[in-house]
Amino acid sequence: MSERVIHLWGALRPLVGGTAFVKIDAATIAELFARLIERYPGMELHIRRGVAVSINGEIYRDSWGTALPADAEIYLMPRVPGG
Amino acid sequence: MSLDSMNPKLVEKKFKVIGTRVPRPDGVDKVTGRARYGADASMPGQLFGLVLRSPHAHAKILKIDTSKAEQLPGVKAIITSADLPDHTGGDRAMMDILENCMARGKALYDGHAVAAVAAIDAATARKALKLINVTYKILPHVTDVDEALKHGAPILHEYIYTEGLPERPTAYSNWNKHGEFGHGNVVAGFKEADVVVAKSYKTEQTHQGYIEPHSVLASVSSDGAAEMWVCTQGHFVYRNHCAQLLGMDANKLRVTASEIGGGFGGKTHVWAEPLALALSRKANRPVKLTMTRDEVFRCTGPTSSTSIDVKIGAKKDGTITAAWAELRYHGGCFPANWAELGAMTAFACYDLKNVKTVSKDVVVNRPKTAAYRAPSAPMAAFAVENTIDEIAKAIGMDPVDFRIMNAAKQGTKSSYGPVYGPIGIGPTLVAAKNHPHMKAPLGKNTGRGMACGFWFNFGGQTCVDLNVTPDGNVTIAQGTIDVGGSRASIAMAVAEEMGITYNQVRSIIADTSSLGHNDMTDGSRGTFSTSMAAIFAARNAIMVLRERAAKTWDIPLAEVEWKDGAAHATGAGHGNRSPLSLKEIAHKAGQTGGPIAGHSELVADNAGVSFATHIADVEVDPETGRSRITRYTVIQDAGKAMHPSYVEGQYQGGAAQGIGWALNEEYVYGKDGRLQNAGFLDYRIPVCSDLPFIDTQILEIPNPNHPYGVRGVGETSIVPPLGAVSIAVTNAIGVRQLHIPMSPPRVLKSIQTKKSE
Amino acid sequence: MGVHVHANVNGDNVEFTCPEDEVLLDVLRNRLGLTGAKEGCGTGDCGACSVILDGRLVCSCLVLGAEMNGRKVETIEGMADGGTLHPLQQNFIDHAALQCGICTPGFLIAAQALLRKNPDPSEEEIRFGLAGNLCRCTGYDKIVRAVQAAAKEMRG
Repeated sequence: MSERVIHLWGALRPLVGGTAFVKIDAATIAELFARLIERYPGMELHIRRGVAVSINGEIYRDSWGTALPADAEIYLMPRVPGG
Repeated sequence: MSLDSMNPKLVEKKFKVIGTRVPRPDGVDKVTGRARYGADASMPGQLFGLVLRSPHAHAKILKIDTSKAEQLPGVKAIITSADLPDHTGGDRAMMDILENCMARGKALYDGHAVAAVAAIDAATARKALKLINVTYKILPHVTDVDEALKHGAPILHEYIYTEGLPERPTAYSNWNKHGEFGHGNVVAGFKEADVVVAKSYKTEQTHQGYIEPHSVLASVSSDGAAEMWVCTQGHFVYRNHCAQLLGMDANKLRVTASEIGGGFGGKTHVWAEPLALALSRKANRPVKLTMTRDEVFRCTGPTSSTSIDVKIGAKKDGTITAAWAELRYHGGCFPANWAELGAMTAFACYDLKNVKTVSKDVVVNRPKTAAYRAPSAPMAAFAVENTIDEIAKAIGMDPVDFRIMNAAKQGTKSSYGPVYGPIGIGPTLVAAKNHPHMKAPLGKNTGRGMACGFWFNFGGQTCVDLNVTPDGNVTIAQGTIDVGGSRASIAMAVAEEMGITYNQVRSIIADTSSLGHNDMTDGSRGTFSTSMAAIFAARNAIMVLRERAAKTWDIPLAEVEWKDGAAHATGAGHGNRSPLSLKEIAHKAGQTGGPIAGHSELVADNAGVSFATHIADVEVDPETGRSRITRYTVIQDAGKAMHPSYVEGQYQGGAAQGIGWALNEEYVYGKDGRLQNAGFLDYRIPVCSDLPFIDTQILEIPNPNHPYGVRGVGETSIVPPLGAVSIAVTNAIGVRQLHIPMSPPRVLKSIQTKKSE
Repeated sequence: MGVHVHANVNGDNVEFTCPEDEVLLDVLRNRLGLTGAKEGCGTGDCGACSVILDGRLVCSCLVLGAEMNGRKVETIEGMADGGTLHPLQQNFIDHAALQCGICTPGFLIAAQALLRKNPDPSEEEIRFGLAGNLCRCTGYDKIVRAVQAAAKEMRG
């Protein structure tokens, strides 16, 4: 399994020491969240509140089973509400 | 159920039903007064519920004495926060909801609920409220977002330490969250620019303004089971939240969604519902609690007021070299993330090499804010679009061409991070440029403005039950409530997929005990996700129908095809078999295996982002400062318009709300921190005579992630109006408008200031 | 003490006793089971409670139940002729002039009152004639078109 580059939005950066991205070994969104929480326990609060994942521009708010392709552009974003 | 049936990808199809203008199933009920909304249901023995509210913007609640009220004949239950113990399990977000429903030791805004009463009639309930004695210790208050950030501002919560900063602050404050988005190097970018424009903007607080006040009828019986009839955008979410807050199992609370008289995000949150349940539990009788209009304005969830700084730099040839913004929004009295959301949407329409947005979310002594149609985006778009307009003028470039030059396209890195797939901003701008509105001559004292807007749109948890009746028709039970006619669109999707007529399909909204969880009707997800679920359910039902035909004919399933509403035997040797219609198969269902149904439970994701461009002509009376919209055009990408009339309706409705927001609507707070205009007379929304016909142009760039190409449409059209109308006013009077709403006094002041220069 | 009221509602004679301060809207909704008129504001600003009282368009939240005595009230429930919708009702459906529908009964009653006085109104007259009714969903575009179409149909 290769590492994925995970881009973080501003609010998450302090939790990883200030960098804009981290490298995580994960094949699905669920694995990604689990590994992030393992490595950075502060992530747990944000993930519980809601984090959306953009994979090559397509935004997934819930489907944690979604695969993370090896070379995909992956962004974590706030899970925004609608009105 | 096959995996294929759940494939959301776009299908090439010649539509027979989709795209036509069919009558909606709830139409006759709504034009005859038969349709039942939140306040239209009653139960035997019901009590009248009423809430006592704080008249102070910020105060400690020292004592609540209900003894006299309890003795009043006809009073059956009184509750305070003591009757709502903490079942949140440490979930801060749920605790904020609970504390917002009823104050716990501290009143945080004018109108904050302090106690509630259930009595045999309205008059008794009102008398009872007067007999409840509350001792307050008034505290200094703050209602302005910038004031709340200042050193020495009154503090609402002593547990707020700003999140998102590189280092956690040592002191608590009203600043609950810091956010940042962007890429590139804005400092270098500004150095490259030939022209730089920096401006500061303010928008005042507005309310969704739905005409139906919140209303709930709650009945808890002594065995702990409960039911609730309520107007809501999401009865499953209301069930889950109410059950949790009252310490009940979700399956014991059955919530039925009434017809809803408008929501726009304002009915995605509970306020009176847990109180009605708590009262009913205490009184052991049903309780009906309907808010007054005053309460709706004071005590539900308006949107934020904001303060936004924008700086944009561009070269003489029109290329934007850098864009920066700081956005300050408030969440009312509890922490929220609205500024962060604004920071994500602010520059989303543009292709920028260097961009940075910073957000500051703040708490103030105002009601806890809720989402309002594309929440946070309209304010950010107002600030950005005006700055874009200013820069285009400074360079001497046509504002539409300037936007076209810098518009985001497929492959653009968005200002909030990810790269865009196929998107519609370019097409809407080109359509605007070529629209006859742009070439129409302008009247006297009239200015023209155009602006773009962006919104995310969502999918979410959705499930649908499809059942074939013994007489060969189809019923659909959906769990997403119908705000504007989606039942028709859902029935259309099923008719299309099954090859039958629209009249053979009927859709209803099921209660929470009849279906799995469905997310709320918000985020423009109603038609997008429910039609997807309906299509999948139809595909599953078709599989069953084919199996029944195969059984009837005693041939392999692979040799049965479903076409035009009937099963056809394909393959050699079956040529002379007449097709079996839906009606015929349904009639024999009992003998071939039982009732025929199709289900679908899914998470619809990838609703796709949407863009819109609006054009507004505004005439400004130079003597009074009053603005009048003389012409308005909405151009927006719908992916695929399932029912064009309803898509047009969403475009026009969103535009009207945006126009009201731009010209008149605002919350006016007095020095005492109290809302001064909690009624429709002084919170002035557009009326029929304020608006012209609103032209719409529906573009269809199919969403590759929906079987019919549908995109969410409900929210985006409220994003551009603040920009389009303010730019029009700016052009009419020659003074850049920086403060929304542009009410007559503000515009008159601009005119007079300009005259004196 | 209460007030004894005899009135005619949608062609039916009714009789009841109500408190002096009870408004017509509450009489209709709570005593007579006619929930078509809605309370949107209770202060006469939104028109959702519109009814016709002795031929005059009123906000029923601003009229006392006692004022009904000896008079004729027309509500949305009386607009259709049995199973046949009034042209205004049919045109509202055909022109998608409603989204959530909460303001629709009020608009239909106000439009009916308008067309009785002025069977061939201009767009401006329609807009000002309906300015006492608030709609938050539609932007009024399709409402005006529906009224224009109904007026044309009713003129024959």
